[in-house]
Amino acid sequence: MKLSIGSVTKPGSTRINKTGSWRTFKPIIDIEACIGCGTCSMLCPEGSAYKDNVSGKYAIDYDYCKGCGICAQECPVKAIEMVMEEK
Amino acid sequence: MQEELFAPGHRGCAGCGAAIAARLILKGSGKDVIVVSPTGCLEVISSPYPESAWEVPWIHSLFENAAAVASGVEVALKSLGRKDEAKIIVIGGDGATIDIGIGPLSGMLERGHDVTYVCYDNEAYMNTGIQRSSSTPYGASTTTSPAGKVSLGENRPKKNLPAIAAAHGIPYVGTASIAYPKDVIRKVKKAISIEGPKYLQIHAPCCTGWGFDGSKTIEIGRLAVETALFPIYEITDGKVTSVKKIKRKPVEDYLKVQRRFRHLLKSDRGEEAIKNIQDIADANAEKFGLDL
Repeated sequence: MKLSIGSVTKPGSTRINKTGSWRTFKPIIDIEACIGCGTCSMLCPEGSAYKDNVSGKYAIDYDYCKGCGICAQECPVKAIEMVMEEK
Repeated sequence: MQEELFAPGHRGCAGCGAAIAARLILKGSGKDVIVVSPTGCLEVISSPYPESAWEVPWIHSLFENAAAVASGVEVALKSLGRKDEAKIIVIGGDGATIDIGIGPLSGMLERGHDVTYVCYDNEAYMNTGIQRSSSTPYGASTTTSPAGKVSLGENRPKKNLPAIAAAHGIPYVGTASIAYPKDVIRKVKKAISIEGPKYLQIHAPCCTGWGFDGSKTIEIGRLAVETALFPIYEITDGKVTSVKKIKRKPVEDYLKVQRRFRHLLKSDRGEEAIKNIQDIADANAEKFGLDL
């Protein structure tokens, strides 16, 4: 629905803040092992794990991933590894 | 990329449970909603001026009045004849809901507004620096209930707001945990489909406030449910209609992995307190028939 008054800012505009720079550890998905269940995507606080529509497997948007490691912890087939970020 | 109604770039900690709760709630509700948020961590992380993480209409007013604002939004839509265009959801923390905003919440429930009130329960005031709320569980150390030589942390049990909400005779009350995301989404869908006031309480562990690694947010949430310290159930028209059955674990499994409870493991008096916490869990299990 459209509201015409009272709005102070644009929807979704936090996207200009690339929180990927917060990361210490980086999740790497083993595409061979990934079963495409979507647990990582469901539980990511940033919504940065997304489904690659071609392969049906999951990938990480490193622009926003803060490296919390919930995806690696919860992946039912342990297809995600956290590795030290190199800058 | 998939549609995200709670945009990334928000300022939640790495591993933030409240951000997971917000995402799941919006997955359940879809885009035709108006969200009202009281003051709290979620409000602060999602709206650093001049940005907003919300992809749906969202309004913040004060700490105490989210339920009153939501009531007003509902009545305004009704009088404009636009009631069918959006569902109204409040997403507030336990401080705003269970302490500060309980008056307006009670009024909203009692007046019968068609609003879904969702409390993400992280069991203290996190955004201002981890002060205890009435939802802080017994034994937890916070900055205003610090454990020390004499104190064992919070000395009162968690306030039972789902029971208070149900006592208003509203059609639907539910509890859920972000550790069971599909259950959260299902309950939000169900709540917004029911006419009248609804109350949902979603357990959302806070890595910063509770003292655990950000990767364990879901694991800790699961342990709270599996130890019966956060029972998951639904109350429809005053009757308990579903409970999540569990293979129960001892409360130590949940307490020992969090900094806020660590002091309990170090003394004889702490051991007493753990017994009291186990009693709380046992009472929950008996009350709701949680044991498999």
